[in-house]
Parts: sequence; C-alpha cells; structure tokens
Amino acid sequence: MTTDPATSAVPGASAWRPSERQQERDAYRRGRTRRSFAVAAVSTVALAAVAVAGLVSSPGWPRVKASFLDPEVARASLPAVLDGLWLNVRVMAVSAVVIVVVALLLALARTLPGPVFFPVRALATAYVDVFRGLPLILVLLLVGFGLPGLRLTGVPTSAVVLGGLALVLTYSAYVAEVFRAGIESVHPSQVAAARALGLSRGQSLRHVVLPQAVRRVVPPLLNDLVALSKDSGLISILGAIDAVRAAQIETARYANFTPYVVAGLLFVALTIPLTRLTDALARRSGWLGAQSAATGGGAAR
Amino acid sequence: MPDAARDDAAPLLSVQAVRKAFGAHVVLDDVSLDVHRHQVVALIGASGSGKSTLLRCIDLLEDVDDGVIELEGRDITDPRLDADAARARIGMVFQSYNLFPHRRVLDNLTLAPRLVRRTPRAEAEERARTALDRVGLARKADAFPDQLSGGEQQRVAIARALVMEPAILLLDEVTSALDPELVGEVLELLADLKRSGMTMLLATHEMGFAREVADEVCFLHAGQVHERGPAHQVLGDPRRERTREFLRRVTG
Repeated sequence: MTTDPATSAVPGASAWRPSERQQERDAYRRGRTRRSFAVAAVSTVALAAVAVAGLVSSPGWPRVKASFLDPEVARASLPAVLDGLWLNVRVMAVSAVVIVVVALLLALARTLPGPVFFPVRALATAYVDVFRGLPLILVLLLVGFGLPGLRLTGVPTSAVVLGGLALVLTYSAYVAEVFRAGIESVHPSQVAAARALGLSRGQSLRHVVLPQAVRRVVPPLLNDLVALSKDSGLISILGAIDAVRAAQIETARYANFTPYVVAGLLFVALTIPLTRLTDALARRSGWLGAQSAATGGGAAR
Repeated sequence: MPDAARDDAAPLLSVQAVRKAFGAHVVLDDVSLDVHRHQVVALIGASGSGKSTLLRCIDLLEDVDDGVIELEGRDITDPRLDADAARARIGMVFQSYNLFPHRRVLDNLTLAPRLVRRTPRAEAEERARTALDRVGLARKADAFPDQLSGGEQQRVAIARALVMEPAILLLDEVTSALDPELVGEVLELLADLKRSGMTMLLATHEMGFAREVADEVCFLHAGQVHERGPAHQVLGDPRRERTREFLRRVTG
C-alpha cells in the first residue's frame, strides 16, 4: 500500500508534512512506477508491432484481407448481424433467469437431508451427472429435432424456444454445481448459530446460508453467464436466425467471410462488459478477503 | 552505518518518528522506540492504539508514511532495499497463528528455510524437528494445524518463526485468541525464549506477563509512545495519568 502524499494530506492530519526523507522516498517510488509504466507501454507496442508485421508480411495476407476484412461488406452486413445479435441477447437473458432458478432448485435438492429425500437427491444428482457430461451441441440436436418429432401437443416447435431449452438443460447442471459449492463453503458454525436461535433447517438455509453462498459464487456465476452469451450462438444450428446464422447468410450473399468477423467482434463487445464486471467483483471480494486476513482481527482497524 | 551493527551499544531495532495513517485515521503519529539486543520490550495500550500496526510496519507488512525503521543499523524502510530479505531477518507471530492449514506442522516449518534460504530438505527437516522439540511439540510434526489445540498451534507458529533464526521476534497479542488454560504454555515458552537471549518486541494484554518478562514497557496512546520505562516502573508506578487510567481499566 503505497501512500500518495496527496491522499495522506487529508483534513484532520493537517499539521503533518512529509519529511524530506519521505519526500525523497515518494519521489523514488513515483519514479519506479513511471519506469514500469514505460517498460509496459514499450513492450506492448513492440509485441503488437511484431504481430501485425508478421500478419501483414505473410504470403496469403492480401487474399485473407480481401475475403475477411472487407469494410464494404462489413458495413453492408452489420444491420442483419446486429438483428441476429438482438435475438442472442434475448435468448441469453431469458435462459439466464431460468437457469439460475432451476440450478438453485437442483442445488438445494442435492443438500436435502435424510432418507426420505433420497429419490429427490438421486434424481438431482443423476440430472447433473447427465447434463454436465453431454456436449451442448448434442443436447441442442436431440432437443431441437427429437422433441418436435414426438408430435406431442403443447411441445414448442420454434427453433428459438427449443434452443433456449437446450441451453437451460445444460447450463442448469453447471450452475447447480457452482451453487452447491457455494452452499457447502459456508462454515457449519453458521448453521449451528442459526439453529441455536431456533431457526428451522429451511429458515437457516434461506436466511443465513444462501445469502453468504450466493455472494461467494457471484464471480463464477458471471463467468458462466459469459460462456452462455457465446453458446447462445449455437442455437443457429437449429435454424434460428441469430448473429451467427445471420452472418452465415450474409457471407453467402456477398461471397465474402467478413460478416463472420463482424459477428465475432459483436460477441466480444457483448462479453467484455460482463468479463470486466466479473473481474471487478472478484477483485473486490479478493481484496476484502486479503485485507481481513492481513489485519488478522488485530488493532489495525 | 554498517559498523553500528557490530556495536553492542547501538540498538538492534530503532524506530524513529514513524507515522502511519489509513485514510484520515492516523494510527501512528511520530512513534520512536529502540530495542537492544537480548532485550524484551512489551507494547501495551488500548485496542486501536496502534500496537499491531507498529509491529506490521516493522515487519514491512505495511509501508510507513514517514519516519525510519532501522534493523541492525540499516534503514529497512528505504524502498530501494529488498523488503523480503529484511522480513526474513525478522520473526513475526500473529494473534490468530496464521499457520498454513494445507500443510503439515513440519512442512509449515520447512517452507521458508527451503524457499528463502534454499536449505536442502533433509537439513531443513532436521532443524524443524529441533525447533519443534524446543516448543515441546516434536510428536506433532506430522499433524495438520487443525488437529492441534490453539496453544499448540501458537507454539508451532513460534517455532515456524524461530527456524528462520530471526534477529528479533515480533509477537502480536499471541495469547489473545487462546483459552485461558492454554495461555500459560505459550507464555512459558516466551519466558524460556527470553532466558535463551532472544530479542523480542511484543504487543500484549497480559500485564502480569509483561511485568514478569519484559525489560521495558511502552504504553501507546493516541498514536504515540505516551510512557516508556522499566516494566516494574511503568506497570507499578506509572508517571502519567493516561497510563494509570489504562492500567486501572485492564487490571480491574
């Protein structure tokens, strides 16, 4: 924790001025910081220059550039791909909500105690085992083409709904395990304290264990959400016109691969804010954890 | 300067005009304090008076905002200095032991000698067993920390600091987290260390122990050394009102 003289010269610490020695130290530290910034900047630029030079000097570059990076095609295909991306966003948002609910129920089912609940536990465990093991693309194909094949009344036939269902089936299994890890990470003494106050098992879970568990698993959950936002592109194999499918159509229209690059950039732009949010949350909880462990409950506030 | 390190009259540890603030909260405000070789100095004071922060600053776990801390005549607060090397010369024992729960007792002790001093495993383990024997826990070498009582864990933590053969041992309220019947075994160990000549600076709430073992007592108040002197004088016949008030409160 380096302290900048500007921030330590706070009101209430009015009389204090850094000594000459301290000013010299602060100057030295600022110099070190400047130096490492400079080293980082120069090495980043150098690395980027080498990568670009390598790319541009490769023998196939002119052809790749023409067929993947055509600004005209990019501009022309953008509206259609954006339209498709809007479908991805909606599928992702709706599935995410359903996934969290289903996953939480699955996780809770797996923590139910006693022989009475054995079937529930076994079912939830089997579900998680199966859907964590199945490749998402297989689930998509089986749900997308198998379910309508049953010709049951009430079974949706829309590729979007079926695709979303497949996403929910697979991701619920993953997210359930994240929740379960969170629940099991809450120390048993917390349950003991809640039960000692007369709370029932359910009440302890609802008001003491789950709030702590959920807080702990937010970063991994957001990580799964980022993965979901990309995997929502897989519903295109069922025929839904999402960003990937739209890019495919545009690629065929212009006989040029640039729309794929456009779709790729849009997906990245979509997930970057999510990734940053995950980082920020992880850093915050990491920082809090390190801080409380460092002070060790000592006198340092 | 380096010659001062050889001179027994020069303090082993010299804290000079140290200041440390967390945001607007000034915890240490112009603290100065010397510890000589083979001396035991006890820091007393209310919670929040800066005892832990001072120890953490000396072990360079916190950067001071101003002032100088010299160990063996060298300014360890100089940012040009390798802080890891300085920390390796200083032993620190924490209030809540801070043992590594994923490693056996023996491995807790051999970790630093092997990584920092590059001691071969066999030699490091031999020294670790000697250190464990010294704190009376040789039979617990293969246990995991959570299989030990609090007092045993704290003795392991002390042994872990001792295997690095530190110039000075800093102890941060090492008995505060212990059950009363386990406090004795740790204090006994510290008294034994004092007899062997170990230099120690300890923050403590155990006034009886401070009087018995410490050569000097330092009363911290409002981020400053409010009173310091021989243990029997500060604890028995304090000169300043604040010190008297504090001692009345803690001794009841």
